[in-house]
Amino acid sequence: MLKVENLVKSFGGVAATRDVTLDFPAGSLSAVIGPNGAGKTTLFNLITGHLKPDSGRVLLDGENIAGMMPAQIVHRGLGRAFQVASIFPSLTVLESMTAAVMSHRGESANMWRRFPIDAAQKRAMEHLDLLGLADAGGLLSRNLSHGDQKLLDIGLALALEPKVLLLDEPTAGMGPEERWAMIEKVQALWRLGGMTLVFIEHDMDIVFKIAQTVRVLRYGAVLAEGVPDEIRANEAVIDAYLGREEEDA
Amino acid sequence: MQKNSLARDLIAAAVALALLLSVPMLTGSKATTNFIIYVSANGLLAMSLNLLVGYTGLVSFGHALFFGAAGAYPFVLLMQNLPLSIPGGIGLTLAFAAVLALLIGAICVRLTEIYFSFLTLAFQMLIYSLMMNMIDYTGGDNGLSGIPRPAFMGVDLTNASTFYAFVCVVFVAAIVVMRVVVMSPFGFTLRLIRDNAQRATFLGINVVRMKLICFVLAGLFGSLGGIIMALFSAGAYPSFAFWTNSGDAIFMIMLGGMNVFVGPILGAVILQILNDFVTHYTSHYGLFLGLLILTIVLGFRRGLLDFLFERRQSSEQSALAAQRKKAQG
Repeated sequence: MLKVENLVKSFGGVAATRDVTLDFPAGSLSAVIGPNGAGKTTLFNLITGHLKPDSGRVLLDGENIAGMMPAQIVHRGLGRAFQVASIFPSLTVLESMTAAVMSHRGESANMWRRFPIDAAQKRAMEHLDLLGLADAGGLLSRNLSHGDQKLLDIGLALALEPKVLLLDEPTAGMGPEERWAMIEKVQALWRLGGMTLVFIEHDMDIVFKIAQTVRVLRYGAVLAEGVPDEIRANEAVIDAYLGREEEDA
Repeated sequence: MQKNSLARDLIAAAVALALLLSVPMLTGSKATTNFIIYVSANGLLAMSLNLLVGYTGLVSFGHALFFGAAGAYPFVLLMQNLPLSIPGGIGLTLAFAAVLALLIGAICVRLTEIYFSFLTLAFQMLIYSLMMNMIDYTGGDNGLSGIPRPAFMGVDLTNASTFYAFVCVVFVAAIVVMRVVVMSPFGFTLRLIRDNAQRATFLGINVVRMKLICFVLAGLFGSLGGIIMALFSAGAYPSFAFWTNSGDAIFMIMLGGMNVFVGPILGAVILQILNDFVTHYTSHYGLFLGLLILTIVLGFRRGLLDFLFERRQSSEQSALAAQRKKAQG
């Protein structure tokens, strides 16, 4: 579904992404991990068109989307949520979601109808129901709790009914309990939607419990990939990232 | 009736129009009708600018360009030199404004924040200088005086009360169209861009194109304001297109409020009152204007209607949040 081939990106001589090749099969749930500065968010920025790769290809459903504008890529079925919740502070939760649904339906430039268009609002309510935000519809987005803002950010991406969804640290800034509640919601949405989901995560307990496959990045390159058990046992990953038990003691 | 429905807006507009049209019968004072005509012209300037400032987050410093150089001037020139009807002249002038806004906007909307602001100011000053130098066409510092007002469809604008009614109808109609636009899906797309342009992009919205459409619309309504002013003052004068006129429009938005639809109209009323009364008693107009703006900016920290709106909104929000908390236990 989503393939990245020989992707390269440097910032003024500093290589942020070095020859990264990854394959995310349709319907899979994968985690991307790695130490800070390993190039995880850069990889997402390259895939979503926020950054242009120096070379390499990004294939979405077989089509090379590298170099396209972000909005074009979105319309081809690739959605994303951000590490710091990226929402519309002065719009209500329901207004934001409805506007997102209308973008998906190609109604964003309509000047003669009245906002909200009923069918779009109904769809937005369904999404909010799934997220557990239905009772927050009338709240301004800026008045939501941190966790709910992250959830709304994911909801905005879901409103586009993406084939592939990239989540950049869905649990960032949350307490332990909140993290599990969030990741269980993400997993439930993935089961329901049949989409290909890729998430960046720092909490290894979450990664190993949830992800089908794990990709480890370091210094902008792929260090290892495999199912959680393989990664847990991988010597290179342990040295680079996970650390050894005796060192912790 | 549904809150925020089109029907409610149309009723409000009809009531407003009826009130405006009854003013001559109620007072019979020329000063009052002149006041309303000024507010209509300047109100359209401020309302159109607020499509950019309040709804899209684009602070244009050069909006009077459309009022003067793409509104009053071309309208007077067309009417003076071609055998046009008033509606024909208005139509051609608006077409000219749309093309100019498209050209200037295509360059400006690619920039954001202060860079956008200064580029709009630069375009205004560039075109203003050009106009002042093309004395043969624009009259230079003297402007253009005299405008033919041929009757059309039984409407004779040389008659003062007919002209007043004409201005009221055009003004209210333009405000209704703007209302339709800001309450449309497109209007909410503009709010998305204002709040968070990057997120809007990642919702698949072509941000540059939407900003450009808004820039053209703002130019059109700004031009219409200039046309009314040209008809009223029977000519086109350099101050219409000067940067201080853009500044006045920004003051109107700041005074009245940018997040309540009619805020800029209130701002236009306040500024016009200041203009009429303060200049009547003192020549220190700028001093009073400055003090008023300082009071509002420091005291309310926002325009008057925004202040009232936000107070109501925050109490509604608290109630909603409390209700939600209660439901969740």
